[in-house]
Amino acid sequence: MTTGTAGARPSTRRWTTVALLVVPVVFLGVFFVNPVATIVATGLRPEGSFDPAAIGRVLRDPVVARVAWFTLWQATLSTLLTLAIGLPGAYALSRLRFRGSALLRASVTVPFVLPTVVVAAAFLALLGPESPINTALGGLFGTGAPTIDLRRTVTAILIAHVFFNYAVVVRTVGGLWSLLDPRLEDAARVLGASRWSAFREVSLPLLRPAIASAAAIVFLFTFTSFGVVLILGGPGRATIEVEIHRATTQLLDLPLASVLALLQLIAVVAALVVYGRLQRRVTTQPLVATTAASHPPQTTGERTFLAANLLVVALLLAAPLVVLVERSLAIPDGYGFTHYRALFAATRDTVLAVAPWQAIRNSIGFAIAATIVAVIVGGLAATAAVTGRGRTAGVVDRALMVPLGTSAVTIGFGFLLALGRPPVDLRGSPWLVPIAQALIATPFVVRTLLPVLRSIDERLREAAAVLGATPRRIWQEVDLPIVGRALLVAAGFSFAIAVGEFGATVFVARAQFPTMPVAIFRLLGRPGIANFGQAMAMSTILMFVTASAILLIDRLRVGQVGRF
Amino acid sequence: MKRTRPILVPLLLSLALVLAACGDGPADEPDDTTEEPDPTDDAETDDGEAEDDAAAPDEPADDVTIRLMTHDSFDVSTDVLEAFTTETGIDVEVVPMGDAGTALNQAILTADQPQGDLLFGVDTTFLSRALDADLFQSYESPRLEAVPERYQLDPEHRLTPIDVGDVCLNYDVGWFEDAGIPVPQDLSDLLDEQYEGLLAVQNPATSSPGLAFLLATIDHFGESGYLDAWETLRDNDVLVTDGWTEAYYGEFTAASDGDRPIVVSYASSPPAEVFFADPMPDEAPTGVIEASCIRQIEFVGILGSTEHPDEAQQLVDFMLSTTFQEDIPLTMFVFPVVDDAELPEVFVEHAVLPDDPLDLDPEVIGQNREEWIDEWTRTVLR
Repeated sequence: MTTGTAGARPSTRRWTTVALLVVPVVFLGVFFVNPVATIVATGLRPEGSFDPAAIGRVLRDPVVARVAWFTLWQATLSTLLTLAIGLPGAYALSRLRFRGSALLRASVTVPFVLPTVVVAAAFLALLGPESPINTALGGLFGTGAPTIDLRRTVTAILIAHVFFNYAVVVRTVGGLWSLLDPRLEDAARVLGASRWSAFREVSLPLLRPAIASAAAIVFLFTFTSFGVVLILGGPGRATIEVEIHRATTQLLDLPLASVLALLQLIAVVAALVVYGRLQRRVTTQPLVATTAASHPPQTTGERTFLAANLLVVALLLAAPLVVLVERSLAIPDGYGFTHYRALFAATRDTVLAVAPWQAIRNSIGFAIAATIVAVIVGGLAATAAVTGRGRTAGVVDRALMVPLGTSAVTIGFGFLLALGRPPVDLRGSPWLVPIAQALIATPFVVRTLLPVLRSIDERLREAAAVLGATPRRIWQEVDLPIVGRALLVAAGFSFAIAVGEFGATVFVARAQFPTMPVAIFRLLGRPGIANFGQAMAMSTILMFVTASAILLIDRLRVGQVGRF
Repeated sequence: MKRTRPILVPLLLSLALVLAACGDGPADEPDDTTEEPDPTDDAETDDGEAEDDAAAPDEPADDVTIRLMTHDSFDVSTDVLEAFTTETGIDVEVVPMGDAGTALNQAILTADQPQGDLLFGVDTTFLSRALDADLFQSYESPRLEAVPERYQLDPEHRLTPIDVGDVCLNYDVGWFEDAGIPVPQDLSDLLDEQYEGLLAVQNPATSSPGLAFLLATIDHFGESGYLDAWETLRDNDVLVTDGWTEAYYGEFTAASDGDRPIVVSYASSPPAEVFFADPMPDEAPTGVIEASCIRQIEFVGILGSTEHPDEAQQLVDFMLSTTFQEDIPLTMFVFPVVDDAELPEVFVEHAVLPDDPLDLDPEVIGQNREEWIDEWTRTVLR
């Protein structure tokens, strides 16, 4: 029935778009809009009626203004810094081929999943007066050497934000970069352009959607930064997120929490509108297979460039991770596997003590479920965004990003209030865990897929349609082979997010299904060297599980990537 | 048509998912709805004297599951909880809901659609908020006979004391020996210049021991003097962290690479340091400054909305039994409240529970808590 030409399909096409959007819209409506609206409405009507004075009172508070300003500028600065360090990394890891590059690509994602409290312990050791850097300085200049102490500074926050979000840039931008035809730049070079201007004039415009995507995600993440700011920035510094958390969980001041949540929401939507503008005027481009786009470093310049990036990875990403591993192995008189053995021996048979294999199994199980949900919801939304001509799809696409910029406490408390209503009390259902995780992971799927889907030359689809292919067949034969790679990147990312997710999970997880971050958190909640050591050992296991999962996903192949 | 799979798989998966999601909710419910005790039975909570009749013959108690909402630090040995189930036929599902403040606030906000039948973990600092919210029904357990009067803070018995664990300054024994500085004896000593840069505390706005320590300073220095004391502490370079973990494992010399030999922790932390070391040392590496201790009592309450008041009362009785009370020290690392419970050896040797700790009236705390936190924040952090 769909054998018509491309010109005859607008109405079919609109219906396809609408059909594709049903699942994402329902998902977002039930599990995001509904809970958040419920909690905000509850807060704005403290005595049962709307109280506008409460809004004014909060907005006039100088502390709120200062917190809002700090939130904005640290997020902007963090985003710029992450881009500045991440973009060269994305090139090095996607276009240059070297021994271990696949392993490295998988490993840079590890920081992303680690619980903040664990990473902070490593950062405090590296940034404090006893750090190796200071030891080296002391060795060089003697006792008069300057001591660098970055603990509880904005610098520490910025460094940590780059540490956590480096992978976002490398994976989102690198995913597209690895598909760009290198001959485009080669042609420019042949025509006399310098390496830099060839990049600026040719690749940069083509990469812009992916860069904008990465920037938007990093901005939203750092805008709602919680643990990093609290632990590394010290208690004097607070983001809006921190204040919402305090108002909700400690002060039980829901009016304050609601106004702050609205403020956060407005800022996030404004950021997404700006981002939407950057996304327009997208150029389609020929894409090629990964293997064709990457090459071993040839010139001295390229080798230096690669070395510089590897150095950044070593100092910024690897060093804190090495500290973690070192601590998991440290025992009173040297090194050993005592903490790992203790984890698996499960000597304390209590209700909340978690057998490690159980926590690992739960984490992986939840993460797989969350990945499936996120890939379906995000995949449908991304497909709708490309097939749709109207603005609806774009709006849905951006709406899916709003949860990233929303406080985990708001969502968590919203779940409790909104999802306990008849007919179904979803609270306590194990399904809520992957759903909460998918809420955070879905935007990554959309962001990773969209630039690639948009880059597919529309003429290919039209040609297929002219030749009589059904829309499904077109998707299968044209889109999927190209998208397959990006789909895997997205799945890997979703998995990583779900494995490490803690903020929202903690509100919905039940005692029977503790995850690895929950286990780490519990171990770190009580004194004793054994508990600390085991927490570090569990963190090391979490790192290992994440890296292997991503490596595995990266190695899968879907469709016939690079067929043309 | 060789490759129809790729599009079918996601479709089928999403379908399965939707079905599973729909099917799962109701499947979880039967616990609550299958057998609803007669509402008239529930009203008469007073005559439910809990005569320890193992399985009440008049109703099939075997299938009842009651939910115990609690904070994340709650813990109990598996066999202890199983003993209760074997004895009474009642299953207990533990529902951890964040830290103490978060758990209570969740219970208050979901009062209409509660997630459990009991709430454990209301402490002295939040006692008045919990009582004002009118969440609980009265139950006077016969086991309260074994609980000293000073722990029974609610005369109406809506909240029943379960454990007591003081918040105290801990110090690194080895550090003070090496440094040759005397260990401070009380809170006033900390204002002395020789203790500059040695103390780490938690933010009372985000941490429960942090709040307890702020209350300790208010009790010690008085309402008119505590802010001056904190100003001096600030000039003495007090370090404020967000939570207990960051202070203890991030800053405390005895447990981290940090440079603070004094930290706000618990009276039970030294025995924990002994218990969780392999091999166990003869002496605890940390000590407690007894005059800095402030009493923290934790309570359990039966929610007014529960459909299983009898079963909930049996659980409260059980939580006050020697079986449960003697399990408390090595699972939650706090002290039992009943006087007939025996302490484990590691507690006898390495733990102190001061006879006369600092103490503030929960009523007064309730009236001033937010204001004190605000003033503290302005003085110390801004």
